[in-house]
Amino acid sequence: MRYRSRAYTVFTISNTLFLCVLALICILPLIHVLAVSFSSRAAATANIVNFWPVGFTTDAYVQTLANEKFLRSMWIGVERTLLGTLLSMAVVTMASYSLSKSSYKFPGRQIYIWVFVFTMLFSGGLIPSFILVSKLHLIDSIWALVLPSAVSVWNMILMLNFFRTIPPDLEEAAHIDGAGHLRVLWSVYLPVSMPSIATLSLFSMVMHWNSWFDGVIYMSNPDGYPLATYLHSMIVSDNLSRIGVTSESVANFSSRTVKTAQIFIGALPILLVYPFLQKYFVKGIVLGSVKS
Amino acid sequence: MNKTEERAAFAAALPPFFLRKGKVEMANYWRKTWPFHMLLLPALLLCIVFQYIPLFGAVIAFEDYKPWLGIKGSPWVGLDHFKYLLTYPDSKQVIWNTLIISAFKLVFNLFVPIIFALLLNEVRKMVFKRVVQTLVYLPHFLSWVILGGILLDILSTEGGIVNRVLNSFGINSIFFLGNGQWFRFTVILSDVWKEFGFSAIIFLATLVGINPALYEAAEIDGASRWQQVKSISFPLIMPIVIVVATLSLGRILDAGFDQILNLYNPLVYAHGDIIDTFVYREGLNNGQFSFGTAVGLFKSMIGFVLIVISYRLAYKLANYRIF
Repeated sequence: MRYRSRAYTVFTISNTLFLCVLALICILPLIHVLAVSFSSRAAATANIVNFWPVGFTTDAYVQTLANEKFLRSMWIGVERTLLGTLLSMAVVTMASYSLSKSSYKFPGRQIYIWVFVFTMLFSGGLIPSFILVSKLHLIDSIWALVLPSAVSVWNMILMLNFFRTIPPDLEEAAHIDGAGHLRVLWSVYLPVSMPSIATLSLFSMVMHWNSWFDGVIYMSNPDGYPLATYLHSMIVSDNLSRIGVTSESVANFSSRTVKTAQIFIGALPILLVYPFLQKYFVKGIVLGSVKS
Repeated sequence: MNKTEERAAFAAALPPFFLRKGKVEMANYWRKTWPFHMLLLPALLLCIVFQYIPLFGAVIAFEDYKPWLGIKGSPWVGLDHFKYLLTYPDSKQVIWNTLIISAFKLVFNLFVPIIFALLLNEVRKMVFKRVVQTLVYLPHFLSWVILGGILLDILSTEGGIVNRVLNSFGINSIFFLGNGQWFRFTVILSDVWKEFGFSAIIFLATLVGINPALYEAAEIDGASRWQQVKSISFPLIMPIVIVVATLSLGRILDAGFDQILNLYNPLVYAHGDIIDTFVYREGLNNGQFSFGTAVGLFKSMIGFVLIVISYRLAYKLANYRIF
């Protein structure tokens, strides 16, 4: 590198500092909330906690994990995440296998593609979906949280592109040995594309864990809320109480430390899988976008 | 295989509903492709039930839908709800809020990531680069429920850390989530905060992909680093910038439902209510199913046209296609 001018050195130093500040801005709010959740109640209400707990205690977590409602919501969150991911991956994998074939091998493929892609562009909207789910008697059922989002067209496109990179020789060899398509999918495609399936499953799990709005509309009883929806209702009542309105529904008059502890527990699974997410997501987005 | 044979083979493999040649071709077609159709069946069924049926259900936008009368039994009112939508003062405000919040987000979510990517691309220490990336991508993966909870805590007027910092500089506490103008500001800023790192990935990838020989040649010619950025990096990331900009134009009516529903409160409805939150409140919470559906449909249709236009533009301007 020849550009070692004085101006460039000044730039490098200020650039490094600026990027440090940016990175800190992204992470400090989370650290602050974490610090509050581990602080004593008195310190939290006195607003003296910054980025390190004051009067360290795990009381807030003990209290949160003893809260039956919170635990039930957490369990529903886990349940929908596992069920939803499993269902979605099964449906998407099967569909992508067919769609990954060429139009020559599978005439009619293009029609299916358009049927799926159209749903990305146009939807009936919130209220017709709500009416449909209630007509199907899925209100208050866990299926209302997993069925409507099961066909992820985006995942389907990513998956069929992965499938297309599998050499056709593998499939032909299996066919010669007498394997049908289901067998080829199960014994040839799945083992070969395990890394991509794991990646897409991870996306799907994050999506399900973070989803909260379907819980709000499809669960008439707060007892059926997944964790994200539970946290949402907590935030709403918190927001209202800050402007002097107290809502009677799902009132959550817990202390600041408990609120922050709940938020942190809600974020924890995402933080745990974050290293993997970052690795694959970055690859995925680049693949999906710069692709010719 | 010669040309005619090839064509015949291709025609034999075409879907029967295009040809309608007869039962033999039909049977032949199914014999060859039934496993594919079977594997597609679950996805197709779910897609029809949960995507296409609501599409037809949107017909209630033209009715005065009452749950006890059903979709067939409710009276037909034609375009009344749409007329109401365009004359009702609240809905004008809502459309305006949507556009203004969305436009600001569009601009900042384009330029902040570009600048960030250019700055990060100047960093030579890989470890530092990696650490910065890891930290700035994080908010993208957290949901607005989590971030909403965090923002509510740190922006509180009763000793939230942000206001404490402002106070220490002698600035009075700001009611970020309770004052209309500040609410818009907070919504736009927090969205940029959540997404800028992640949106920068695409620009970073393009910058990293630029052939280093170009910079080396420029350096031999005595170009300073800024001149190199100006004459090499800028023009080369331009196509992808155009693509991102045009594609985001197609989503201009999405001003951030998840975000606003987690942050807003009745005090800021006048400035912070957007189309989607309005549909939810009027349509579902207040039980105006038909009106809500009409508003949603109105948004969907404009959105659809915008997306089609933006994809065409992206294709024209930068030769971009997703499929």
